[in-house]
Amino acid sequence: MDIVYTLWLRNVKRYIRSKSRMIGSLGMPVFLLLVLGFGLNSVVAIPGMEQGYIGFIIPGIISMSVLFTSVFAGIQVIWDKQFGFLKETLVAPVSRLEIMLGQTFGGATTAVIQGLIIFVLSLFMGLEVSSIPGFLIAIIFMILIGLSFTAFGIAIASRMEDMHGFQLIMNFVIFPIFGLSGALFPIESLPGWVRYLTLLDPLTYGVEGIRYGLLGSSQIDPAISFAVLSGFTVLMVAVGSYLFRKISI
Amino acid sequence: MSAITVENLTKKFGDFTAVKNLSFIIKSGEVFGLLGPNGAGKTTTMSMLSTMLKPSSGKAAVNGFDIITNEDDVRKSIGIVFQDQSLDEELTAYENMDFHGRLYRIPKSTRQKKIMELLKLVELEGKKDNLVKTYSGGMRRRLEIARGLLHEPKILFLDEPTLGLDPQTRNHLWDYIERLNREKGITIILTTHYMEEADKLCNRIAIIDKGRIIALDTSEKLKNDIGGDVITIVSSERDKLYSVIQYLPEIKNIEVHDSFLTIGLENAEKHVAQIVNMASETGIPIDSISIHKPTLEDVFLHFTGRIIREEEASGKEQMRLMHRVRK
Ligand SMILES: Nc1ncnc2c1ncn2[C@@H]1O[C@H](COP(=O)(O)OP(=O)(O)OP(=O)(O)O)[C@@H](O)[C@H]1O
Ligand SMILES: [Mg+2]
Repeated sequence: MDIVYTLWLRNVKRYIRSKSRMIGSLGMPVFLLLVLGFGLNSVVAIPGMEQGYIGFIIPGIISMSVLFTSVFAGIQVIWDKQFGFLKETLVAPVSRLEIMLGQTFGGATTAVIQGLIIFVLSLFMGLEVSSIPGFLIAIIFMILIGLSFTAFGIAIASRMEDMHGFQLIMNFVIFPIFGLSGALFPIESLPGWVRYLTLLDPLTYGVEGIRYGLLGSSQIDPAISFAVLSGFTVLMVAVGSYLFRKISI
Repeated sequence: MSAITVENLTKKFGDFTAVKNLSFIIKSGEVFGLLGPNGAGKTTTMSMLSTMLKPSSGKAAVNGFDIITNEDDVRKSIGIVFQDQSLDEELTAYENMDFHGRLYRIPKSTRQKKIMELLKLVELEGKKDNLVKTYSGGMRRRLEIARGLLHEPKILFLDEPTLGLDPQTRNHLWDYIERLNREKGITIILTTHYMEEADKLCNRIAIIDKGRIIALDTSEKLKNDIGGDVITIVSSERDKLYSVIQYLPEIKNIEVHDSFLTIGLENAEKHVAQIVNMASETGIPIDSISIHKPTLEDVFLHFTGRIIREEEASGKEQMRLMHRVRK
């Protein structure tokens, strides 16, 4: 456990130290919140949404922030590989599973912090949290998104030689995962076949879970969201550990 | 007791054999050098011995532990300084050390004490809280060596420890390495392509080329074997000169190279006149002639017919630097 903590500590330290990255990665979510939220708030009306369109997308933008930060944190392993630091960890008498778990917890922690920053900003934009337990539920879903997608990033990083493939992954995997997740639109409004895609997207359950927590209502039963996202997290951690074990430097 | 035993160690990358049937034994407390040009297979050998790379065949034991079946104990026994930098530049020197100490499960109280002790040893205690990215190449190298020692390894692996450093820093590091070996009795295996480094630090040297050991002995013996002195003659008619003098009984060995000819023999100053005379009698022009004590360079030349060009190093150094700049 102390090894996991060691890796975690390093990740968090690096995160806290890189203010520019922290602020830089807030840019996109805040931009979307402002433009979509305020821009479309008066135009788009979602049935049953008391807090308007902006209230509807806040959980989506929080999820996005957690998603991007965590995938990025996982993919950082490639940097460690390229800049040599990975060797220092791999040559130590510790198991790869411990290293992988430490990275995952570290990445998830930074991702949740990033999500919380958006959450706090949202409060200034008029978000009204339904209840304290609701807030805790939202945090649990943020943690699950953070864990699963950091592990996902590590899995990808374990198979990639350098950062060249990064853009590809961003454009063809991460953006679609975000776009299809129902972060920006209600699932019910979609045509049948797109709705299936949405339901196949693990992030959908994260967004819906956070939505339930913060707003008190969601289109998917929170118990189902929790079950699906937990299952996905376990799967990703397993795949990530498996691939990380075979990493070569 | 032997610190490292290697038997027929081989590593193939696809069709290419990077290390071929390597066998040697390193005694406990020894400083052992792997000397060879770029691509000789030094790093590959170090990687296998430090469990970072699986051998294709053969076996080896480090501190008595099999490198294939007992990785964990091997890892506990060794400290390693990789050829390429392996520090976290976003952390301070102290944090890099602390990370290492925790990975090796050194309890907090001893950890803090040892870190300070080692940082003092490599004269970095004053800069311990600076981020590593503000460090110079020499400081980074010293920090890496200190880190490699933190868990008190029985055996220290140093892969090109002074590559890319200025002569002053290099000398400084050599002193550390010698002291470590002398005072703490740590067995050291190091790779280098600097002759001088191998000469100064190593008890025994394995000269390695194209994945094979071509000679292994003390520097003294290696050099004596090719003669007490070496005469180098630059001449346009090397082959003719060769045929004229090759049967002189004093000559231990004689070799023709690209533009010159080398002769290994005892007491060269006594015989050089005779050789020059024989050349002029047969009308062979001599552009230049020199006598020197044999160096490891001559040994390498003797065994491979090539020289280890030290300028090869600068390409590598460039890469190390670029590597850093790219960030
Ligand atoms: N992962 C790899 N895949 C394919 N070939 C490799 C790999 N690693 C090393 N090689 C090849 O094996 C040979 C030996 O490489 P190695 O790094 O061991 O040399 P070296 O003696 O350490 O050289 P240098 O002085 O440049 O560090 C080289 O020809 C290199 O190209
Ligand atoms: Mg090398």
